[in-house]
Amino acid sequence: MSYSHLKSSTYRTTIPFPISTFAGEMVSNLFHSPVHRFRCTLLLGLTFFIALPCFAQDWIRTGTGLGVEKVRLAASDFKATTQDPKNADLLKAFNDTLWNDLDNAGIFDMVSKSFYPLQVPGNPSEVRFEAWNGPPPNASMLAFGDLGVTANNVLVHGWLYDVKNTASPQVLGKQYTDSATTEGARLIAHRFANEIIFRLGGGVAGICESKIYFVSDRSGHKEIWEMDYDGSNQHQLTHLGTISLSPRISPDGSRLAFSSLNKSGWDIMMYSTELSRTVSFPRFGGTNLSPTWSPDGTRVAFSSSRAGEPNIFIADASGGNSRRLTTDRGPDVGPTFNRKTGSQIAFVSGRTGLPQIYTMEADGTNVQRVTDQGYAVSPSWSPNGQFLSFSWFRKYGAGAPGANDIYLMDIASKQWVQLTHDGGRNDFPSWSPDGRHIVFQSSRSGTEQIWSMLADGTKVQQLTFSGRNSQPNWSWK
Amino acid sequence: MKQSPKMKWITLVFIFGAIMMLGACKKKAAPPPPPPPPAPPSPTASISANPNSIDKGMSTTLTWQTTNATDVSIDGIGAVQPNGTQQVTPTDSTTYHLVAKGAGGTQEATARVTVNAPPPPPTTTSLTDEELFARSVKDVYFDYDSDAIRPDQQASVQGDASFLGQHSGIPVTVEGHCDERGSTEYNLALGDRRANSVKNALTAAGVSASRIKTISYGKEKPFCTESNETCWQQNRRGHFTITK
Repeated sequence: MSYSHLKSSTYRTTIPFPISTFAGEMVSNLFHSPVHRFRCTLLLGLTFFIALPCFAQDWIRTGTGLGVEKVRLAASDFKATTQDPKNADLLKAFNDTLWNDLDNAGIFDMVSKSFYPLQVPGNPSEVRFEAWNGPPPNASMLAFGDLGVTANNVLVHGWLYDVKNTASPQVLGKQYTDSATTEGARLIAHRFANEIIFRLGGGVAGICESKIYFVSDRSGHKEIWEMDYDGSNQHQLTHLGTISLSPRISPDGSRLAFSSLNKSGWDIMMYSTELSRTVSFPRFGGTNLSPTWSPDGTRVAFSSSRAGEPNIFIADASGGNSRRLTTDRGPDVGPTFNRKTGSQIAFVSGRTGLPQIYTMEADGTNVQRVTDQGYAVSPSWSPNGQFLSFSWFRKYGAGAPGANDIYLMDIASKQWVQLTHDGGRNDFPSWSPDGRHIVFQSSRSGTEQIWSMLADGTKVQQLTFSGRNSQPNWSWK
Repeated sequence: MKQSPKMKWITLVFIFGAIMMLGACKKKAAPPPPPPPPAPPSPTASISANPNSIDKGMSTTLTWQTTNATDVSIDGIGAVQPNGTQQVTPTDSTTYHLVAKGAGGTQEATARVTVNAPPPPPTTTSLTDEELFARSVKDVYFDYDSDAIRPDQQASVQGDASFLGQHSGIPVTVEGHCDERGSTEYNLALGDRRANSVKNALTAAGVSASRIKTISYGKEKPFCTESNETCWQQNRRGHFTITK
């Protein structure tokens, strides 16, 4: 496979409703378990009688890289170039982070390290192509390089080789330097991984330097915390000592809006990630909840009961010019802008009973109900504007099967797929900047924790383990 | 109807038996008591405290008289003369118990000394209000996912309104609470609606809206943490507190 071929395979996030894709996925799933086999047989049978929505009721791939063959990528451990005693620790941090980043990306078929030749290359002159492009590795791409600590700095060289194109193999050749700390090594690994993902993933920027904001009670109070996208580097941001909820980071990452309890009620508050403290934002009175940012960062929408009923309001990013968008009894909460256009808002309303998802124009007109049953909350609009993910207890009621699961809906067609199937209450999905991942809260491990997955429901992994953690919000870049 | 011979025999035996038993009872009747022997003179006893009510730390004088007694004692003091006085300083209210024993029997007498505790610190009116409030004001409970005042909760609402009408100085906060099911944000909005629902009901019953604050706690501060309907019902409520 040549690099030029890869470049042409543009990345798309689409629900694979075309039957050929669907059937193909199902066939590949046939070998996974008897349960799948039964589901697949049933569904393939139904395909001939019932129209598309029935596909949506089962576990199918939705996303990323579908229709595009996953690139078979080898990533060998980097080699030390100096004799510094810090090398070993930094190499471990670097190699683990790089592997994890590439593995998480969702667009690579990672070649297991057990297939690698004994002698891995540290620089281009050491690459033996036939040891990588033939069996057992059968790699298309190889990431390799070296790392060395000199004084207080770490210097990393990284290459990405198209090992099947021996005449002109180099796709990337990069040099990085940072402080000689594990944090510095991890940062370099994230940057190199981002380059590889960008080059091989259809030009979509990697998310390895993105952040996730969330609520944690490990200090004894619910406060806002921040972590790297892979769960490392978890640290507390707010120290308000009350209850702080619903963190939403601004598109440029400079401000974090959230809702906090004080003596008189719930207010929208602003935290500056640049100043590392809360900054002023008007207090509206009533119960003010669930802020969200317009994609251009100039407006915030939120739920406020200042006029009596909890309704959706919109204001400038400074809190000025606030005005009411919904006027029903509500309660209306959880607004989220269409992240591509900024011209629509999805939100939750209990105006007809159990909460359902609605959409409207950003001026409050043209309200449309999106979900038709059950208990649907916490919508999150995908970066490409095409999908809503949300939490749904679809068959809600006494004795009804199912649970709170994360679903994905194609806004235009209202077709949906269920993404989580693994038990517990799953809520507050939030999209990664590349639209390939979703972070969410789940109680499947026994307590509320933060988990992430690919946007097709695969590659589920737990990110937090200590205390109770909820309401994750992924940064915009 | 002609009686059978067997029945005749049974009747005869029963009558005979009854006569025998009655005879036996008569024979067992107690004999009249013998006349009492002449008794030795009974002791007499009296005891008094002067004053019989003191403040803590003060003394009082006990005075007692007995007659026909050979052995006189007061609990807590011990054996004493047949007649006498003694100063005592009890720390708590005490009953002095005198026992006079003689050949003619035993006679008892008591004197009560009341010790007045120092007056308690003056109670604040707000404490009284809080006690009254806690005793009188009833929380209002809701159905699942609902902010409507149920018919069975009207009595609580009316009672609360009447209490607040009689205690017009008490500012009140209504807290809206929800059960653990459902989503954090939606429950906070629902709790806001519940608190306002209670406020509106109180206002309709004549309580001034300006006295009533509302706040929603959603499912953040549950009263009960089990996952069953009994507990959930406990948590779906409008809870009253005095506004601080």
